Amino acid sequence: MPMGISCCAIEMMAFAGPRFDASRFGSEVLRFSPRQSDVMLVAGTTTYKMAKVVRKIYDQMPDPKWVIAMGACTSSGGMYRTYSVVQGIDLFLPVDVYVAGCPPRPDNLLNALMLLQQKVQRGESRGNTPSYIGDFHPTQPVAVT
Amino acid sequence: MDNQSVLERMKSHFGNAILESREFRGELTVVVPKDQIVEVCSFLKNDPELAYDFLSDLCGIDMYTPSKRFGVIYNLLSLKNRHRLRIKIFTEEEDPKVPTMTAIWGTANAHERETYDMFGIVFEGHPDLRRMYMPEDFEHYPLRKDFPLMGIPGSLPLPKK
Repeated sequence: MPMGISCCAIEMMAFAGPRFDASRFGSEVLRFSPRQSDVMLVAGTTTYKMAKVVRKIYDQMPDPKWVIAMGACTSSGGMYRTYSVVQGIDLFLPVDVYVAGCPPRPDNLLNALMLLQQKVQRGESRGNTPSYIGDFHPTQPVAVT
Repeated sequence: MDNQSVLERMKSHFGNAILESREFRGELTVVVPKDQIVEVCSFLKNDPELAYDFLSDLCGIDMYTPSKRFGVIYNLLSLKNRHRLRIKIFTEEEDPKVPTMTAIWGTANAHERETYDMFGIVFEGHPDLRRMYMPEDFEHYPLRKDFPLMGIPGSLPLPKK
């Protein structure tokens, strides 16, 4: 679910496009319906007014689901320390991976995607449903290749 | 057409209504009383010599003074004369109501809504005076000087985690 709210979305397009090509890492499909998505990529300054919409879309995604907070504004409010901007989307969403940068390089977002893949492999999700999914037992570490 | 001839033409029609006029770096600013703004603006638009047919911006101001706290500023442009003019009106804090300009310039509709949203200045006669940027149930006016930068805690609810 590409939740491109502001300028980080441009870098997100580069990440999905042919130059940086997210499909090399097994996630080429950007679905524009929350019902077909399992990762929400929140890219951009989230205002209080928009927060309700973001949360509504997140709630419509089927479990298990993950969230990537892309960029400084999404992760912490960034340079917008004002009344209208949420100071980090983790105030109303469970975030799995934070990506630093203003905006982050597409490489950095690819790195976040690979970190998320490791999390998925370990069976972890910070979503509101089971924090461990499948047969995974937390006492047995899984080798990450 | 230069600033001086615009001012003279305005003075010949509204001699007593012009409270103050200033020229700074070639920009003419005229302060008029609130209750005459409709006549002044319709004259400025419809007069064939002046023809300020474009309202390039309308904004509010909070002077944060005991009297005449709020103001509305009209930035006009005459496409015919290639001349810009700034009109200002001021109003009291207890009575932040000014007449609407939507009948004269259609552009004023959105600008007045924005000014209402940010300053709480009520434009009487506006066809659709709703909030523009802030949520409809928000109770404060963010660009007023007494509004804290980080907002009022609890005034903007977040969805539950």
